[in-house]
Amino acid sequence: MTTFPTTLGQPNRVTSAAKLEIRHITKIFRKGKQANVAVDDVSVQLVSNEFSCIVGPSGCGKSTLLNIAAGLVKATSGEVLVDGEVVPGPGADRGMVFQNYTLFPWLSVAKNVAFGLDLKGMPQSEQRSKVEYYLNIVGLSDCAKAYPKELSGGMKQRVAIARALANDPEVLLMDEPFGALDSQTKEQLQEFFHELWRKSQITVFMITHDVEEAIFLSQRVHVMDKSGKLRETVEISLPAHRDLEMKLTPEFLDYKRHIIHALR
Amino acid sequence: MLRTEALFADIAASFLMVLAGFIAAAVVGIPVGLAMGTFYSMDGLLGGFFRTVRYAPINAFVPLIIIWAGLGESPKIIIIFLGIVFYNATMISDAVKFIPDETLNVAYTLGATRRDLLFRVILPATLPNIIDALKLNVAGAWNFLIISELIAAQKGLGFKIIYSQRFLQTDKVLFCILVILAIGLATDLFFKLIFRLCLPWAESKTS
Repeated sequence: MTTFPTTLGQPNRVTSAAKLEIRHITKIFRKGKQANVAVDDVSVQLVSNEFSCIVGPSGCGKSTLLNIAAGLVKATSGEVLVDGEVVPGPGADRGMVFQNYTLFPWLSVAKNVAFGLDLKGMPQSEQRSKVEYYLNIVGLSDCAKAYPKELSGGMKQRVAIARALANDPEVLLMDEPFGALDSQTKEQLQEFFHELWRKSQITVFMITHDVEEAIFLSQRVHVMDKSGKLRETVEISLPAHRDLEMKLTPEFLDYKRHIIHALR
Repeated sequence: MLRTEALFADIAASFLMVLAGFIAAAVVGIPVGLAMGTFYSMDGLLGGFFRTVRYAPINAFVPLIIIWAGLGESPKIIIIFLGIVFYNATMISDAVKFIPDETLNVAYTLGATRRDLLFRVILPATLPNIIDALKLNVAGAWNFLIISELIAAQKGLGFKIIYSQRFLQTDKVLFCILVILAIGLATDLFFKLIFRLCLPWAESKTS
């Protein structure tokens, strides 16, 4: 833990129970006689409406950790809890946005957003209004009938976010969601997503290797090292409202310097 | 020659055989291919067998199949079926394996069950590959039909070819081959049309 000032001192944040809890997760990949520890006894807690990031060098096991949180990969030991209950596998309570565009190419934008709703058996009219609502939020109402191949990379990622949110997940897990975008689109989406998170009540757990992105979006940044251990947790006490200008302020750069040093 | 030799009857006879064998190979090959691609257990059970049997010279089985199944229509359908069903299955199973893991994982995180995954993700995702595989293998179906008709038949284009050969009527032989080519071309166009109408979101990987 660091001496950095904390925003989590606010009473409502301390008293509320963990929305997502990752408890002593260890993942060992065995290949023949070799055992490779990808994640080493990592514990993280996110309270409701928290935005936390994990940063780490590539290959440090952060993707594995997120996949374990989603239930897509089985941990060697440890458990994942949502609202205090252990979750055994993947489920709609943990929505996920991946780095690469995972829209279903055979479905229109609207049908993509409705995918999870349709699985739940939600009535068509209700689906339609929900899809409309979320496409409006991500600013893509005009593209409802388009197929994914007609969209740009940034638009695809916004649809993927709308699809995950429309499903009302308890926690949104994001695996380098802006990693494949060009830097301008990336910054636009960071700002957009920051606003979206502020206006809504979602809890977000995101991994990235982009330190600036992590500081800009998060309330807490967890630093993971090459050995798969959580090295440090940095509380980010920047103002609640953030814009891209903030990336140039001394406070922001202090955080950046601190985390970059922690990563070395 | 079309009129004088009553070629239309032969064309119709051959076409029906190909259609029957082709449909049988699709009805078996598509679900088996999907299952082999989706479930490790099915791949373990059938994968090796299906991939190996593709190398078996079906032509060499023609006399055997005729002995076992008799002279009528059924041996021809069996030969066409055996000739292409293994290709259908392995091509479709490979297509399933090429679906990115992320596509499957995102469906799981949206609440999909394994059943949902098969019918709402794997099937639609591989539909373009399925149509492409069928399109490529229908050419094989024609080859196997002609082979079986060359050996034992009383009608059909293959029979016409061997019959004309016996009297050294090379022009007729060539004409029959041209007819088969024309049917092949029409079939290709038909599949392209199906592809464009049913799959506006996809691009065909074959030409």
